[in-house]
Amino acid sequence: MHIQPILAALRRHKAGTILIALQIALTLAIVCNALFIIHQRLSHMDEPSGVDEANLFVIRNLWGEQYSTQQVVGRIQEDVATLRQVPGVQDVTASNQYPIEGGGAWDNFITLNPDQRVAMTDASFFTGDASFLSTLGAKLIAGRDFRPDEIKNQGMREKVTSSVAIVSKAMADKLFPKGDALGKSFYAMTSDPITIIGIVDVLHRADVSTWSATYAGESMVVPIRLAEPWGTYYIVRVKPGQLEAAMRAAPKALYAENRMRMIESKDGVLSYAQVRHQAFERDRGMAILMSIICAVLLAITAAGIVGLTSFWVGQRRKQIGVRRALGATHGDILRYFMTENLLISLGGVGIGVLLTFGLNLWLVTRFTLHVLPVTYVLGGVVMLLLLGQGAVFPPALRASRVPPVEATRPV
Amino acid sequence: MFGYYIQLGLRSLRRNPMLTALMVMAIGFGVAASMITYSVFRAVSGNPIPEKSSQLFVPQIDSWGPGQNEKGEPPGAFNYVDAMALMRAHQASRMALIYKVMLSTVPHDANSVPVSAQGFAVTSDFFPMFDVPFLYGNGWNAAEDNNRAADIVLTAEFNQRVFGGANSVGKNITLSGHDYRVVGVARHWDPSPRFYDVWAEDGFDNQPDFYLLLNRALDLHTDNAGRNSCRGTISYNGWDEYLQSNCVWLMPWVELDTASDAARYLRFLESYSVEQQRAGRYGWKPNVRLRDVTDWLEYREVVPPESRISLVVAVCFFFICLVNTVGLLLAKFMRRAGEIGVRRALGATRHEIYAQYLVEAAAIGLAGGALGLLLTVVGMSGVGLLFAPEIARLAHVDLSLVGLTLVAAIVATVAAAFYPAWRAAQVQPAWQLKSN
Repeated sequence: MHIQPILAALRRHKAGTILIALQIALTLAIVCNALFIIHQRLSHMDEPSGVDEANLFVIRNLWGEQYSTQQVVGRIQEDVATLRQVPGVQDVTASNQYPIEGGGAWDNFITLNPDQRVAMTDASFFTGDASFLSTLGAKLIAGRDFRPDEIKNQGMREKVTSSVAIVSKAMADKLFPKGDALGKSFYAMTSDPITIIGIVDVLHRADVSTWSATYAGESMVVPIRLAEPWGTYYIVRVKPGQLEAAMRAAPKALYAENRMRMIESKDGVLSYAQVRHQAFERDRGMAILMSIICAVLLAITAAGIVGLTSFWVGQRRKQIGVRRALGATHGDILRYFMTENLLISLGGVGIGVLLTFGLNLWLVTRFTLHVLPVTYVLGGVVMLLLLGQGAVFPPALRASRVPPVEATRPV
Repeated sequence: MFGYYIQLGLRSLRRNPMLTALMVMAIGFGVAASMITYSVFRAVSGNPIPEKSSQLFVPQIDSWGPGQNEKGEPPGAFNYVDAMALMRAHQASRMALIYKVMLSTVPHDANSVPVSAQGFAVTSDFFPMFDVPFLYGNGWNAAEDNNRAADIVLTAEFNQRVFGGANSVGKNITLSGHDYRVVGVARHWDPSPRFYDVWAEDGFDNQPDFYLLLNRALDLHTDNAGRNSCRGTISYNGWDEYLQSNCVWLMPWVELDTASDAARYLRFLESYSVEQQRAGRYGWKPNVRLRDVTDWLEYREVVPPESRISLVVAVCFFFICLVNTVGLLLAKFMRRAGEIGVRRALGATRHEIYAQYLVEAAAIGLAGGALGLLLTVVGMSGVGLLFAPEIARLAHVDLSLVGLTLVAAIVATVAAAFYPAWRAAQVQPAWQLKSN
């Protein structure tokens, strides 16, 4: 197929050619960046929590009376005992927060010596007892779990020092890149050093926000039973298949034991599936919106190509008839329009690649998004070329069916 | 003549139903995507207190110093010591301190259970500064602040729950085991975003139930239920040592009437910092800020990035739909070159042809706008899927959005038709007639 006559013909349809090329270019820029946003949001939503989500639920328990630290400790112990009696419950632990909780969360700056002003990192700070790891189902990959005699009680604003901690692998690697974190110590805004006695494989931070992306997966657990006057979280592990029944029974059992508490009916008891759903709802919403825009955009671009090409075919019926009369086959005409579209599309994606990176650069500087990988752009280019070819096929097929006798008819 | 163009336009719309449908759909989808994302953006980026936003300021003092402050910016709230010192200094025409508290209401009888209530501990200027409207009674005054009185203001919604909506001024309410005297009931007042608390939360959460007298809350050691941020080694033990720590948790606001007042207050913040440096509390140079409501909301990045990105992408999408429309209009108009030739030969001027095709485009724009409106309304019900519920609930269709949808669709389509209509008007009558 000769390209020269096609180019000559296109020169007579400058406006239409430019419009299709421009549309392809803009579509490429939007679709590539939107797909990349979708991918990033989906991978954020897929971040592992490190806990046995299928068999866990969380109770946000607020005290309905004013208690001293000792009274809160007593209440928590009674509540944990009550929850352990609930049918289907395997284990229970109380904590200040839980992985992928979302929202405002507790984190402490980490340093390697006490007078270091600039922190090395910022770790999500969990308080837990000897059954914290086993209840959550977090996987200990080195060292040991807490012993019951290590657990200290801490009231609001009370100074309690714990000399040991279990940290996530991500945090251990950040502090001690050589992989020899076990037995080493660090400071978590504490005046005394904290020794790493155990390392868990994965324990997601309590927050899921973008500011903590540089500290992803960095969490620590200290052997403290936090007895604060506002309330506590109970994290409950159930036997497989008993989640729903246990979630219904647990608050009833707690209220039966002592009604002076507040467990919100709306979100006081959440399964981990609900926790995940809530924590990542912004990401999911963004992914859905970008998907809809991508799909409609591709459809409209395809429809636009069909519309303009149909118009060209209609305009050139006589010329097509002449070519057919002079011996051009169906295939020749079909290939002519397909090639014409390919040339326009190539021009379009050429500009489009520049626009894509331009838009990405703007998103990176304005919204601290990541730099678009080249594979996305290549994928987008192939997709739009195929879309163009697919869209031009129906009108091109119609053009190839123009009979040679058309040459003799007036336009 | 205009009526005749409309007639022609409508007839032409019917002639190529596929092409027309395609254009109407492109406009409709484009404008709907833009309007849905715009309605959310409008809801989260609005000025919550337009009449006073340039007179209300957040003072900031660097109480943490280099290396520990927020990348060079001073912390967004005060520690107790600085907060009290600035309150005593009386350098602004009004000043309020705010922190969030969570309390419980006591059950009425042996069978009911306590219910949690949340609100803010505030100083007396909070009410006049933010123009809090009152249903019954009023806020308290500075003398009550100094008396550390057990005063409380209820919101209308909480008053409805607790007192059945009656005038409760003068009555007592027990919260978390302590008695408070109701001095006022505020009318519904829910600025969005809740600008005065955006350091601690995203600004779109549930509205508070009450405002209680800050000094009383401090006397009762009422815990801060909002954000608390500390630096260095945490060494405090107990409430009193906590108050002396470097933890920031009290949100300050000042009212300054004129720009020169604001400049003077900024100098005061600097001289206060210098004093603290001399006294040995801070080992670094003054680093202070004074941001008004608009600057503060921007600095706190209250508008979620999702909302901005989706608005930008939606507007780009609309633009592509318009490029598409230009192409389709060109095809549609040029297909009628013969007809244009006849009309021109019969005496129609270029100007008339131009006007006719613009009117036709406006009709397409109107149809696209109507479809866009329909899609916007349908899409609004799905906004809850796309944005966080506390933000989605703010987005709504109102008259201005309906108007904007139609105007945007028509204006955009007519703008898109300028070039195709110009091309149509350039058609040479002689050439068209000859080739027939």
